[in-house]
Amino acid sequence: MKKLRLCQGLNIGDGFSQFDLLSEEILFLILDFLGTNPLDKKSFSLVCKSFHAIEARHRRTLKPLRSEHLPRILARYPNVTHMDLSLCPRVTDSALGVIAGACGSTLRSADLSRSKFFTGAGLLSLAVRCENLVELDLSNATELRDGAAAAVAEAKNLERLWMGRCKLVTDMGVGCIAVGCRKLRLLSLKWCVGVGDLGVGLVAVKCKDIRTLDLSYLPITDKCLPSILNLQYLEDLVLEGCFGIDDNCLAVLKHGCKSLKKLDMSSCQQITHVGLSSVFSRTRCLEQVTFAYGSSVTLDLADSLNKLSKLQAIGLDGCPVTCGGLRAIGDWCVSLRGLSLSKCFGVTDEGLSYLVRKQKDLRKLDITCCRNITDVSISHITSSCMALSSLRMESCTLVPREAFILIGRCHSLEELDLTDNEIDDEGLKSISTCYKLSSLKLGLCLNITDEGLARVGMCCIGLKELDLYRCPGITDAGLLAIGRGCPGLEMINISYCEEVTDNSFMSFSKCSKLSTIESRGCPLITYFGLAAIAAGCKQLTKLDIKKCYKIDDSAMISLAHSSQNLKMINLSYSSVTDVGLVSLASISCLQSLTILHLKGLTPSGLAAALLACGGLTKVKLHASFKSSLPRPLFQHLEARGCVFQWRDKEFQAELDPKCWKLRLEDMVR
Amino acid sequence: MDPKENTWTKSLSSENELLKNISSRHPSFTNFNSQQPQEKWEDPSMLNYSSRTVPPIQEFKQHSETQSPLSSKPNDQTKVPDQEDGHMTEAVQTDKIQDWDPRAMLSNLSFLEQKIHQLQDLVHLIVGRRGQVLGQPDELVAQQQQLITADLTSIIVQLISTAGSLLPSVKHTLSSTAPIGQLGGVLLPSMVGLNGGVQVQNNGGSKVSDQSNQIDLTGGCGNEQNYSIDEHESKDDEDADEGENLPPGSYEILQLEKEEILAPHTHFCTICGKGFKRDANLRMHMRGHGDEYKTPAALAKPNKESSSETMLIKRYSCPYAGCKRNKDHKKFQPLKTILCVKNHYKRTHCDKSYTCSRCNAKKFSVIADLKTHEKHCGKDKWLCSCGTTFSRKDKLFGHIALFQGHTPAIPLDDTKCPSGPPERGEGNEAINKVRSINFNFGSNAPSGSGVPTTTEVKGSIEDPSSYFSPLNFETCNFGGFHEFPRPPFEDSESPFSFFIPGSSNYTVAGSCNYTQKSGAESSSNDNLE
Repeated sequence: MKKLRLCQGLNIGDGFSQFDLLSEEILFLILDFLGTNPLDKKSFSLVCKSFHAIEARHRRTLKPLRSEHLPRILARYPNVTHMDLSLCPRVTDSALGVIAGACGSTLRSADLSRSKFFTGAGLLSLAVRCENLVELDLSNATELRDGAAAAVAEAKNLERLWMGRCKLVTDMGVGCIAVGCRKLRLLSLKWCVGVGDLGVGLVAVKCKDIRTLDLSYLPITDKCLPSILNLQYLEDLVLEGCFGIDDNCLAVLKHGCKSLKKLDMSSCQQITHVGLSSVFSRTRCLEQVTFAYGSSVTLDLADSLNKLSKLQAIGLDGCPVTCGGLRAIGDWCVSLRGLSLSKCFGVTDEGLSYLVRKQKDLRKLDITCCRNITDVSISHITSSCMALSSLRMESCTLVPREAFILIGRCHSLEELDLTDNEIDDEGLKSISTCYKLSSLKLGLCLNITDEGLARVGMCCIGLKELDLYRCPGITDAGLLAIGRGCPGLEMINISYCEEVTDNSFMSFSKCSKLSTIESRGCPLITYFGLAAIAAGCKQLTKLDIKKCYKIDDSAMISLAHSSQNLKMINLSYSSVTDVGLVSLASISCLQSLTILHLKGLTPSGLAAALLACGGLTKVKLHASFKSSLPRPLFQHLEARGCVFQWRDKEFQAELDPKCWKLRLEDMVR
Repeated sequence: MDPKENTWTKSLSSENELLKNISSRHPSFTNFNSQQPQEKWEDPSMLNYSSRTVPPIQEFKQHSETQSPLSSKPNDQTKVPDQEDGHMTEAVQTDKIQDWDPRAMLSNLSFLEQKIHQLQDLVHLIVGRRGQVLGQPDELVAQQQQLITADLTSIIVQLISTAGSLLPSVKHTLSSTAPIGQLGGVLLPSMVGLNGGVQVQNNGGSKVSDQSNQIDLTGGCGNEQNYSIDEHESKDDEDADEGENLPPGSYEILQLEKEEILAPHTHFCTICGKGFKRDANLRMHMRGHGDEYKTPAALAKPNKESSSETMLIKRYSCPYAGCKRNKDHKKFQPLKTILCVKNHYKRTHCDKSYTCSRCNAKKFSVIADLKTHEKHCGKDKWLCSCGTTFSRKDKLFGHIALFQGHTPAIPLDDTKCPSGPPERGEGNEAINKVRSINFNFGSNAPSGSGVPTTTEVKGSIEDPSSYFSPLNFETCNFGGFHEFPRPPFEDSESPFSFFIPGSSNYTVAGSCNYTQKSGAESSSNDNLE
């Protein structure tokens, strides 16, 4: 700084900037370190003209909010290689044409996964003029047809292509892509239900470089499987929900894929251990197998898994599990790193204990909803798997509160999900010794209070995610400790913690990285709390203040003033009126708006707000507005890319948390 | 038959002149007894008469014709040289060695001359009679007309045969059934050219080995090429044996000559000359020629014992040098059956002469392929960037997987290959077949004895004029027939009753045509699908 001042002293108003002394190379290096926060680069570019120009030349990634501005931004940023259009709800062919013309061969990646209104013509211009395009995300382009796919096929250098939910694309389109994009390494066809054996088979024949292939929910059968498994570089294959594949298909496979490392065959109900066994015997290098919601995990299945000597992770979510199966898994797998048994029926203390005693290297364990396990399992898990970094045990309702004290033994824990458990303050205090903890979920834990949480706030300074959904014992005292002790907090959920006041919010305002706040049903929160958040948490993107009855227009005005990154807001049941809503329109990022049961909202105010918020993509409205506003208005907004979701729920009074949980348990039963 | 006989006798009794004519004609046979057509060209109504008058000849003929090709002993010394000349039937019928020479032609012509004179006389007579007796029974008039018709027909046919015998190759096409063979030969000059070479060779072969198979091959001068059932069945045979891995030497390699392969028929009726693709069909057909063919022994598969004797599997080689299916090829892959050979040869080494009339683009060398294509032509909606269309998506994708740079073509609108009206297509189809099929008629009538003929005639009748058009003469013949009253032949079934087994060689070709016509009509009705 001294040097800078010195330089400033040397230059006496002759238009020479001391920053000119810095070479572009140095500035580029500096910019390289201005990592994640987009605002930093913005500030940098505001320093001086040369900084502005250099930043423009340095920027590689663009994420524009409005496609209307594309010509100007593209003129400013000549070296853009990655164009993320996910914030632009409406991307027309002409916009794509502008991008193609401006970026030309520099463009390497484009994300159109959230955009609509473009067709094959736009894609064609992109594919033809941006010959170095290697990455294209067309997910959710539900209107695209084979013609558009044929246009994509012109991008000869494409290596990664996502086409999830392109439901109208058929074999013909995929066939074009297979022939055109011979360098494809990643292809996701998830939910492209129009694509079958022929298209996939052709991809396998033509695109020999494929590494990752997602064929989830495609109506494919055994006809294309052999050619897929012939792909010599294939590493990651997702066959989730491919109902056409059964044991017979797998039994006749002659070739295995030696390179395959990840295999996901979730929700393939037709496949039993017989088919899996024949697959596994031919793909011996598998490291990760997911077989969720499939046939039962028995001794046979475990035996078939035994062939995979390099296996590291298994996903068995939702499968019926036998004790023998678990024991067998414990017996053979050399060194399992990950195991998911969430929602498995039949997970008992005996099986799980045996397994974890043998698998001491487990890093990730998911036993969500294993409702039969008790402290025995927890005891074995915590004593054997000391290296555990992730433990998810939501709704293990038979585990007594004392058992949670044992979890403190796993010091490597980074992620812990204890939602809906009996954990109490003693348990929390024990857990707070896991100093690496970054994600802690304590939703629906009725036994915890500020005492335990304060300890967490003091010890877990790396905490990024905290879920306290419907924890009635939590008040300002605990949250203050969190706000004070966890400056890196990014997400917090204090929904229905009814005693939380503005003080907690004020302490959160010190967590500058906070991007998500869910404070639903905190009736004591007012303008002051929210204003503090708005001022302190510049990166706030998601805000849920439903049923914060005291939140009013002034809070909205402060948000509109400060939280320019807000994308999603839920204002239902609050006291916000037309004024507050219209003022939100100045937040140019705002995409999703939920405004149900706003008493002070008039149709004209709503119309004004909706028209003013140009970037809206999703609006939840009460159905009564449908008739009170003119239809052309909605048509206009829909043409801008906004989707309306109409709700017709009655106004609901809030329930006591304990009562709520009782009701929930009734429903479960 | 009986009513005709009656009318005949009636006419005999009432018309002395007629009788005189006939009897006076009869000696002429002896005058020209070396000319078999003399007898052959008799009109059908005389058939019974003549067959009765010359029983020994008939017997002999039957014997020699039915036996010799099937059994392998050359039972008749006289026959052998005849076959050499291709005048087998002539020789058989006349029981004389007949070398073809200008003298024969001369005698033919003089016979014709005489016959025309006879006819002239007859007509004069009728004219005179008509002037005298007005109240003649209609029956008699019809009888007279019929006589004239028959005579005219025989003259015409004789003319054709005479003319045809002038063509150097035609004589070779004359198979065991000379009249039909001759007719066919004249009708089908192109076919003659195609097959000419083979027949010499094969006739020779048949003489020596007397294998019915080989004789049959020779006779295929003008038969239909598309025996649809056969071809469709055999379509996949060629590909089916791809996976077969017989060790070399474990099978016997047969190689047919190109001409043999292209001959449309392999099995021929030794009596009437009708050709068949399958021996079984021939055997079925033979039943119509007499009870002796109905025995289980005659109906049994002839080569069954022989096949059991020779354990060696037969495989076939394509005669085309350099072809993978040729036995000299390094990676020789034999063909399983003769049908495979035929289809392979046509598909691979022949011009694709059958063009789809709908798209005018696709060409085929095997007519069954064309038919298959035409079934779905215009319905092809799976299009490749190279312009090839496919009726099935998997075929398109197979094609694309095979070829570099080809890609599925996504139709912007429903532009499909131009498809002509179906009528036009069928018409063309008929024309395509014409050359090959018209002989069908000749062979059809005698085969009316139980062999299902509809399939063979199928599709070939749509346009008789176009298919006889190569020879105006024949058209005239046909046209002439329409003008003649046909009472005796009215019954579509009755014509076949004329063809007493063994006597069919006496059938006048003209009447033969006539019955074919009626048969064709009936079958054409069947074809109106």
